[in-house]
Amino acid sequence: MSNSVAIAATAAPVSGPGTVIVIGVTSAIARALAGEFAKHGHDLIVASRDIEETNAIATDLSVRHNVKVISKYFEAEIFGTHATFVDECIRDANGSLDGVVIGFGFMDEQSVAEAKFEVARRTIDVNVTATISVCEKFATQFETTRRGFIIGISSVAGDRGRQTNYIYGASKAAMTTYLQGLRNRLFKSGVHVLTVKPGFVDTKMTFGLPLPGPLVATPEAAARAIYNANEAKKNTAYVPWFWRYIMLIIGSIPEFQFKKMKL
Amino acid sequence: MPAHVKQKIAGWGGWPRVECAVFRPEKRRGIADVLANGEQPHYIARGLGRSYGDVAVNPGGGVINTTRLNRMIAFDENAGVLECEAGVSLEEILETFVPRGWFLPVTPGTKFVTVGGAIANDVHGKNHHIDGTFGEHVDRITLLTPTGSIITCSPKQNEDVFWATVGGIGLTGIILTATIRLQRITSAYIKVDYRQCTNLDALLAAIRETDDKYKYSVAWVDCIAKGAKLGRSVLMSGDHVAANELPSQYGHALSIPHKSKKNVPFNLPGFLLNPLSIGAFNKLFYAVHPSKQGQITDYDKYFYPLDAIHNWNRGYGKNGFAQYQATFPHDGVEGLVKLLEKLSASGRASFLAVLKRMGPGSKGLLSHPIDGWTLTLDIPVKDGIVQFLNESDELVAQYNGRLYTAKDSCTRPEVFAAMYPRIKEFKAIKAKLDPAGKLSSRLARRCGIVEGPVEP
Repeated sequence: MSNSVAIAATAAPVSGPGTVIVIGVTSAIARALAGEFAKHGHDLIVASRDIEETNAIATDLSVRHNVKVISKYFEAEIFGTHATFVDECIRDANGSLDGVVIGFGFMDEQSVAEAKFEVARRTIDVNVTATISVCEKFATQFETTRRGFIIGISSVAGDRGRQTNYIYGASKAAMTTYLQGLRNRLFKSGVHVLTVKPGFVDTKMTFGLPLPGPLVATPEAAARAIYNANEAKKNTAYVPWFWRYIMLIIGSIPEFQFKKMKL
Repeated sequence: MPAHVKQKIAGWGGWPRVECAVFRPEKRRGIADVLANGEQPHYIARGLGRSYGDVAVNPGGGVINTTRLNRMIAFDENAGVLECEAGVSLEEILETFVPRGWFLPVTPGTKFVTVGGAIANDVHGKNHHIDGTFGEHVDRITLLTPTGSIITCSPKQNEDVFWATVGGIGLTGIILTATIRLQRITSAYIKVDYRQCTNLDALLAAIRETDDKYKYSVAWVDCIAKGAKLGRSVLMSGDHVAANELPSQYGHALSIPHKSKKNVPFNLPGFLLNPLSIGAFNKLFYAVHPSKQGQITDYDKYFYPLDAIHNWNRGYGKNGFAQYQATFPHDGVEGLVKLLEKLSASGRASFLAVLKRMGPGSKGLLSHPIDGWTLTLDIPVKDGIVQFLNESDELVAQYNGRLYTAKDSCTRPEVFAAMYPRIKEFKAIKAKLDPAGKLSSRLARRCGIVEGPVEP
């Protein structure tokens, strides 16, 4: 037995699917994406700040897909814990680390974020500061091993500032720009960075909004699209795909006109 | 505070459609939070919304959608025993376990139902005459009671709560998790024998003669045919194919070809389904199914032909339809004939009519099946439908038959009580578990299982 552990630990670049880390796995898109990787044979490390739910999701993924799933506690806002968290993830992946999914995020209603600075700050802390904190640590690791991918779940809300959610939108714009730069830096190391921009996906965030059914994707459909975009080494993936064109139109409205509009 | 959304929702028949406060918790303790919050006067759990009538709608109250609580908890590979949250769908179970050689113990005609819904309606399938109901393959349930405690019940532990919950249409508590026994298969294929029957007598004789030889059995009945042809039908009897009997062209025995799904993107105009078009379809169905033996088909095509067309219910137009399922005891078979004659004479054609022999019922206090014959019809919603169905109800009751809560939309309290004599025992257990009446639904109030106005 001890032999096989030693062999696994020193194995050179693994050929089959390795381990994928999904942080913020209690979000519906991240959970579905974890399932998509598991379906393709990847072992998983899943994490969130709700350890009870994370354990439930981890058990579910291992029962369904017969892969090894490790569950971990992760608190985005306590930046000082991130180094240990990332080190533990790398250790537990045991030399087979394939990539990481940044699935955590925070959004409250715009009116709340306007009225309470604490909420605005939290939006930036989670979506920007924590993303940078975690990604930098993984980036260093991936540069050393010269393999790996980073998938960041950003948002179409970052493509243009609108009065109905510009604080959340600003945090996602920062995340998108950050991932863009990171992609540029890691390209020469053979490490891929995918920015995901969900439009309407049927999650807690959109539940109950009066949205036209055909514009809304299930988390599972979104996850398949994200998985395929990552396999194809796409840089940016809008999910559902046609949001690229919706945002193209929204982005092309001149600012002098846009500022008068209610969107 | 748990957020709700005001939505107009209906069962799969699209009728009645009513406004409810819908909650969709994503965390395990979220259901308890919604109940404890007590913002609505009462609540009912709802899964994938495939029951036809008003069993999972609750005007003037809350509806708790459980579909995001769909985590599997444990699977015993040797015994085929699965423990999962109630929001897991039968489709998810099939996708996960058919490739490993396990199949559902009992399945209704759609795989888009949750485990919680399958237990709460104590659903049955084409193997009822052999294997009984879904609830009879459940080892254990964890139930969140309306007072906020979580209890485990099984046929051995809290037996009374268990058999009130199996078939208890969500009124005893909210099912959090269930442990169910799957059945072993060696292939994902079914071999089917088709037998044409020229009328109802021939069909009943054929079923009586052959049913014990097959695990699965169901008949498609043409409800347009009248007189001597009344009950013209195709009997379809099936069994699982063993891997070693499966011809090699089918490839891997436990995987089936992937099918693309068709969709009905909007409500079709109601006039498309009229006695003429339905009659033509039924004639065609009869004609293309001559008697033949040993046709091999995959489980998806055999059990779930309608699941291949998303939103098929929109084919009935925006008014929707009522599904009507009546089960008669063996000595009430005359009632079945009269029901078919009544339908055939009414011009309220049913696109789909299905007849099956049922085995003995389960111990579920409000569980539907009884030893006898069950007939299922789709009836488009048109003027006079309530009166037509109420008259039909009386006919069914007169022959000691009963209707199925998962499909019902019109039955009145006195008729329901006559059909379900164990309702008194059910009410006693419900009163103990739910003294404040926190769980209720439109159907529960309409049928007099729970006090209160049907609509606010």
